[in-house]
Amino acid sequence: MNTQIVFILLSIMAIGSAVAMLLSKSPVKSILWLILVFFAISGNYFLLNAQFLGIVNLIVYAGAIMVLFLFVVMLMNLNADAEQAKNYRLQFIGVISGGCLLLILLSFLMASKTPQPVLMKVGESGLINKLGLTLFHDYVLPFEISSVLFLSAMVGVVVISKK
Amino acid sequence: MFTIGIIGVLIRRNAIIVFMCVELMLNAVNLLLVAFSKMHSASPATKASLTYASDAQIFVFFIMIVAAAEVSVGLAIIVMMYRNTHSIDVNFLNRLKN
Repeated sequence: MNTQIVFILLSIMAIGSAVAMLLSKSPVKSILWLILVFFAISGNYFLLNAQFLGIVNLIVYAGAIMVLFLFVVMLMNLNADAEQAKNYRLQFIGVISGGCLLLILLSFLMASKTPQPVLMKVGESGLINKLGLTLFHDYVLPFEISSVLFLSAMVGVVVISKK
Repeated sequence: MFTIGIIGVLIRRNAIIVFMCVELMLNAVNLLLVAFSKMHSASPATKASLTYASDAQIFVFFIMIVAAAEVSVGLAIIVMMYRNTHSIDVNFLNRLKN
């Protein structure tokens, strides 16, 4: 019961701040709302007993990526009125088509039979011990490939920004 | 939340906001993956093996890795674009073919 209340609070927080992110005018405020969304998602990971993913989400997204976004925004020195001359018809069409997609997804979700509700706060699969064993026994090759991906991304960023 | 991300990509013309909406979609999918893996590992047919949930979480971890690399490259591209055009309007880019 307690878990459910926490889950509902976290979901409302996530969705509300996502909407606020879309509606806020200045990019910096938008980024701050997005950080709040990531905190709520991390809280949901903790509720699902996926502690490792929750911590990684906090460090990588709320820590690193959002700082990167903030750096870029402040580097460009944007002001709030950068976005004038909006096309309201285009926005209307966007909202309508997005709503249609939401309806379709919801109808599929209602039609599918759930075997049983998600068990929160149980299971040991999200602990670092078990995840590390799986990662380094079965998924060693993808792990190494991802390091190559990071190296190539780093080289690519340097090359792009040197131009 | 995924829908909010899609609506954001559709209605905003600020390239950075569009980029943040892409991040939002990625996160929504990650959360769904973890939740569904929990649901399946809790069903009685797969009670014996807990590895499904582990596999799904490793998958989510790799998605995060790829997303981090993608964000760094994308932000570099946006900075370069801003240097060239002094604007971050997405519609400005439809003359890319010239």
